[in-house]
Amino acid sequence: MQAELLGLGFVIAMAAASIRIATSLMYATLGEMITERSGILNLGIEGVMILGAMTAFITTYATHSLELGVLATILAGLAEGVVMSFVYGRIGSNQHVWGVAFTIANFGLAYYIYRLYFGGTAGIMSTIIPYSPVRIPLLADIPVLGPILFEQYAYTYVAIILFVIFAFVFKYTIWGLIITVVGDNPMAADTAGINVYRTRYIAVTLGAIFMALGGSFLSIAQFNAFLFEIVAGRGWIAIALVTIGNWKPMRCLLAAILFGFIDALQLRLQALGISQFTLAGTAITIPFQLFLALPYILTIVFLLMSSRTADYPTALLTPYRREE
Amino acid sequence: MKFPFRLEKAPPPSMLRRALLPVRALVATFLAGAIPVMAAGANPLQAYYTMGVGALGDMIAIAEVFVRAAPLMLTGLAISIAFRAKFWNIGAEGQLYAGAILGTLIAINFPELPPWIHIPFMIAAGMLGGALCALPGILKIKLKIGDVVTTLMLNFIMVIFTSYLVQNVLKDPFTRWPQSPPITDTATYPILIPFTRFHLGIVIALFAALVVGYGLIEYTALGYEIKAVGSNEVAARLAGINPTALTIKTAIISGSFAGLAGVGEVAGIRHHLIATLSPVPIGYGLTGVVIAVMSGLSPLWVVVVAFLFSIIINGSQTMSRLTGVPIFLSEIFQGLALGFSLLFLFLDMYRIRRVR
Repeated sequence: MQAELLGLGFVIAMAAASIRIATSLMYATLGEMITERSGILNLGIEGVMILGAMTAFITTYATHSLELGVLATILAGLAEGVVMSFVYGRIGSNQHVWGVAFTIANFGLAYYIYRLYFGGTAGIMSTIIPYSPVRIPLLADIPVLGPILFEQYAYTYVAIILFVIFAFVFKYTIWGLIITVVGDNPMAADTAGINVYRTRYIAVTLGAIFMALGGSFLSIAQFNAFLFEIVAGRGWIAIALVTIGNWKPMRCLLAAILFGFIDALQLRLQALGISQFTLAGTAITIPFQLFLALPYILTIVFLLMSSRTADYPTALLTPYRREE
Repeated sequence: MKFPFRLEKAPPPSMLRRALLPVRALVATFLAGAIPVMAAGANPLQAYYTMGVGALGDMIAIAEVFVRAAPLMLTGLAISIAFRAKFWNIGAEGQLYAGAILGTLIAINFPELPPWIHIPFMIAAGMLGGALCALPGILKIKLKIGDVVTTLMLNFIMVIFTSYLVQNVLKDPFTRWPQSPPITDTATYPILIPFTRFHLGIVIALFAALVVGYGLIEYTALGYEIKAVGSNEVAARLAGINPTALTIKTAIISGSFAGLAGVGEVAGIRHHLIATLSPVPIGYGLTGVVIAVMSGLSPLWVVVVAFLFSIIINGSQTMSRLTGVPIFLSEIFQGLALGFSLLFLFLDMYRIRRVR
């Protein structure tokens, strides 16, 4: 009986942790998905997340207000998005190389500003009081599901709601249709009277705001500091998740949660020092690095297996210029 | 609201203008870079001066510039050749590690081989590793985003795989550190200038870029095909160039050069495999993209620009210590240089007209 309860407790804790850890990935994946659906591959995502994490942290540190931290993150994402949408939308060619430029520049900028603000005291780690999880009354009392779903950060609830909204937008509204058409066939969209540039500006900018928010979750909720390597490749994982999620909102959300789970499991196994499993009587050694590499491996496998059926936006990476 | 400007195809820029791309991008980068320097309360000229002095102040520092330039040259070269053929290899970092892994496997074994066999054997293995790691990028043939996404993902897979190897199967049993056993003396790149780290790999990298890379692009049939695809894909196809075969060949060549960079880091500097051969998170693979694009994808310019960034990266430590400007200026410069290069390439191709 007791062992059984312990088992259930473990499952609940793991499920709750998976969703919590996935939050940053949810925002990033949503941002990249919206951007890619409009036909633009934004490889600058990792940099935007780092910038978002830094902006949120410094603003909160300076003002003692987490809300102002979030607001500043949104503004930083907006500013970044405006620059990116101009570059991706108007220049368009070499957008993946531009993305590399944005990532490198934003990484440098974020740590440069952080160093300037806190001086050369690299050894002393400045901290803030971060967001804490919000327990939703009544709903949190539901057995099993309550502690998994309703004792999360406000960030997490908003992320899931945003996914539901965008699933609806892409499936049932004219706006979703417009973004999809622009991403699949900009020329046809233009002929039909859709403003291709404006659509892409909006998608890229909105995407950048979500990416920045994904970064900010790390510095002002999941952790309480702006560490070196805080984003740790989550932007690149988001690109992987969009592919694995087949550019569909709810599948992307599930992919993000799945990798939150893998990450939580990997952390737990590392903490317990477990790397051996017994399967059908034989001991199998699974190194934790395999879990870390899984999103990247699965992305390539997915692309290899479904290169014909993948629902990727046909005009992805193709610049659109009306004049030509 | 109507956008008040309009783009028109411009006649191709003059040879001189195109050749001077690195200079133009460099000037713009140093001008724009003055803003963060001033924000840090420093004098830009003084900051740049200390950067130069730090990187080139004495013989040992100059040798270190060569040490840093070697992998940058090779990843820059790898990416230049790939981008020329419109094979979007973002994965030089992963290919560097793949080369380092296979090179190390040869280098920690076979101590009885004489160096003149052991070193070429190790180099061949490393280049094979890099090539194998670039090959999945040929998914591009089937899927337009195949090369970008696959090579990008392989970066992380290879770094994680290296970290696994040096903590488990390839771990040196005689140390606590996550590293492979040391490579044998017969596989170590000899030091060419005493009391510095100037090793054979630097000469190999210079040879690879100036002779092999340049010769390949300018004087071989394959180079001609790569250039043809680069300037006009449709015309190249009509001229009978097989895009599938060319993509495969390009992937192999590009990956080999990046793999050679990995061999150089192990055989020339570290003398064992580690998971941090390249800076984190902006490694030699990403800086290679900056170098390749800023060089206008020309192997000769790649060498010059690789030295430039080697000076910026090495010199920013001294600059930071003496002027208080954060060391991350070097990454800001890399991002700016890549952005300006792309911007100038674009502006050279198009004319901006005001719409009335």
